[in-house]
Amino acid sequence: MAAIKQVERPDTDEGGMGYLQSLPRKVVTVYLPLLVFLIVLLFPFYWMTITAVKPNVEMTDYVNFNPFWVVHPTLEHIRYLLFETSYPGWLLNTVIISTAATFLSLAAAVLAAYAIERLRFSGARQVGLAVFLAYLVPPSILFIPLSVMVFNLGLYDTPFALILTYPTFLIPFCTWLLMGYFRSIPFELEECALIDGASRWQILTKIVLPLSVPGLISAGIFAFTLSWNEFIYALTFIQSSEKKTVPVGVLTELVRSDVYEWGALMAGALIGSLPVVVLYSFFVEHYVSSMTGAVKE
Amino acid sequence: MAVPSVAVQRRPSFLSRLAESRNTLGLGFMLPAAALLLVFLTYPLGLGVWLGFTDTRIGRPGIYIGVENYEYLWSDSVFWLSVFNTLLYTVSASTLKFMLGLWLALILNEKLPFKSFFRAVVLLPWVVPTVLSAIAFWWIYDSQFSILSWALQQMGLIDHRINFLGDPTNARASVIAANVWRGIPFVAITLLAGLQTIPQSLYEAATLDGASRWQLFRHVTLPLLTPIIAITMTFSVLFTFTDFQLIYVLTRGGPVNATHLMATLSFQRGISGGQLGEGAAIAVAMIPFLLAAILFSYFGLQRRRWQQGGGD
Repeated sequence: MAAIKQVERPDTDEGGMGYLQSLPRKVVTVYLPLLVFLIVLLFPFYWMTITAVKPNVEMTDYVNFNPFWVVHPTLEHIRYLLFETSYPGWLLNTVIISTAATFLSLAAAVLAAYAIERLRFSGARQVGLAVFLAYLVPPSILFIPLSVMVFNLGLYDTPFALILTYPTFLIPFCTWLLMGYFRSIPFELEECALIDGASRWQILTKIVLPLSVPGLISAGIFAFTLSWNEFIYALTFIQSSEKKTVPVGVLTELVRSDVYEWGALMAGALIGSLPVVVLYSFFVEHYVSSMTGAVKE
Repeated sequence: MAVPSVAVQRRPSFLSRLAESRNTLGLGFMLPAAALLLVFLTYPLGLGVWLGFTDTRIGRPGIYIGVENYEYLWSDSVFWLSVFNTLLYTVSASTLKFMLGLWLALILNEKLPFKSFFRAVVLLPWVVPTVLSAIAFWWIYDSQFSILSWALQQMGLIDHRINFLGDPTNARASVIAANVWRGIPFVAITLLAGLQTIPQSLYEAATLDGASRWQLFRHVTLPLLTPIIAITMTFSVLFTFTDFQLIYVLTRGGPVNATHLMATLSFQRGISGGQLGEGAAIAVAMIPFLLAAILFSYFGLQRRRWQQGGGD
C-alpha cells in the first residue's frame, strides 16, 4: 500500500524537468514512438471489429475492396452467432462460472488475508509466503492431475469442475492483494474496537471490510477477469457443447475443419471480450494501481 | 505448496487454548482458503508427480513403472524439440517484451496530454481473453487473406504472400510476435509504476552535475528500477514458459512440431492422446525451470529489501 501511495505524486512535480525538452525533439522521442505503439497494440481490435461487420463478399475480395475498410457493413455474422449457434449459452455459462468462482475466492481470500495480516497467528509469515508461492504454480502443470481428480469426483463436464478449480489461482492472488490493503488500515481502529468489546468477527465485518471496499472491488474485478479468460481447465474438464465457456466454445465449436466463418469468429471474439473490457474501463484506475501495487508488494 | 506451514498450525495444544486465541481464530479463518488450496492445488501437484511414474491412461488406472516415462522422453526427439522451442520462445519473447515494455513505460512517463487515457488504452491487449485475441491473430496470419501480406505487397516490400504459420521459422516468429503483443502492456504498466516512484530531485541533481540523458537513464533510472524489473520479468518469464493458449489456437504445435511448447506437448500426449502418465511426466519436467525462475524472483525481492534499508 505504501507503494501505491508513492505513485500518486503531487501534480506540481509532474514533468519535472520537462521544460528542458524542445518540441521537435519530443515529437521524435515521444509522440512518434507512442503512435507506433498505439497502432500496433490496437490494430488487432480494429481488425476484429471490421471483420465482424464485413460481408463475406468483401472479406475475401482484396482487389475490388480495400480490406481496411468496409463498404456495406452487415450484422449478419452477429445475427448468425447469437441465433444459430450456442453462443448465448456459452456467455451465460461463463458469467455463472466466473461469478461463482469470484465470490467463493473473495470470501476465502478475505478471511485468509485478515488472518495472515492482522491475527498474526504463529507461522503467519510462512503461510503468507506459501500463498505467494501457490500463485506461482501454473495451471499448465496442474491440468492433468486435476482432470484425473475431477473425473474421480464425478465433476467432469459440470460447471462445478471449473468453479472449484478456478480458486486455485484466484485465492492466492486475491489474498496477496487484500493483504496489502489490510496493511494500510491503522491498527488503532481495531484496538479501539477490541477495547469496546468487539469480537474479531465484528471487527472484520464492521471495520476492516467497509474500509477496504476499493481493495475488494479490484480483487473482484481481477478474479472475474482471470476466470473469464481461463482456457486450459475449461478446455480439459468440459466436453458437452452447451456447457462450454466462451473462449473454449468459440475456438472448438465455431471453427469447422473446412470452412472458417471468419466473420462469426471475429464477432464471437469481440462480444466475448466486451464484458471484461467494459468492467475494466469502469474501474481502470483501481485496476492499474492494484496491479502495480500487487506486483510491488 | 501452501501445505506444510498450514499443517504446522494443527498442534494439539490449541485445543486447550481459549476460543479468542489468535492461533485458533487464525486457523478458523485460514480454513476455507487452506482447504481449497490443499485439495485442488497441493494434492494435484503431488498427484502429478506420482502420475509421472505410472502408465495411467484415460479410463484405466495405471501401475507404478518407475522412471520409464522419463527414459522414454529422454530418447524422444519431439520432447527435446519442445524443450528447445520453449526456451527459445521464453527467452526471445521475454527479451522483446522487456525492451519494448521498458521503452513504452519511459514514453508514458513523459509529460503527455491525455496521459491516463493512453495508460488505459495500452492495457487493452492484456485485459482481453488471450484465446480471443489469438483468434484475431490467426485471421491476421491467414495464409491466403493475411492483411499483413496484403499491406506489405501494396507497399511493394514483398513479392508474394508470407506463409506465416505454415513454415517452421515463420511460425515461430509469428507466435513470438503475438505473445510479445499481449505481454508488452503488463511489463510497461508495472515498470511505469516503478518509474513514478523515482523522485524527480534525483534527476535534477544529476542534471546539475552534468549527466547526459543516457547517463541519467543508466545511472539513475535503471538501478532504482532493478527490483521491480526483477519481479515483473520473473512473472513474465513464468507465464511465457508455461504458455499454452496462444500456441493451441495458432498452430497446435505445428508445422512439424516446430512450435510445440512443453505445455502443449503435455496436453497433446496427456489429454488428446490419452497417455496421462506421459503427459504428467512432461509437466513435471517443467518444474525445475519454474523453480529457477522463482529463486530468481526471491533474490530480486531480497535486493529490494536491502535497497530500502532492510526491515520487513
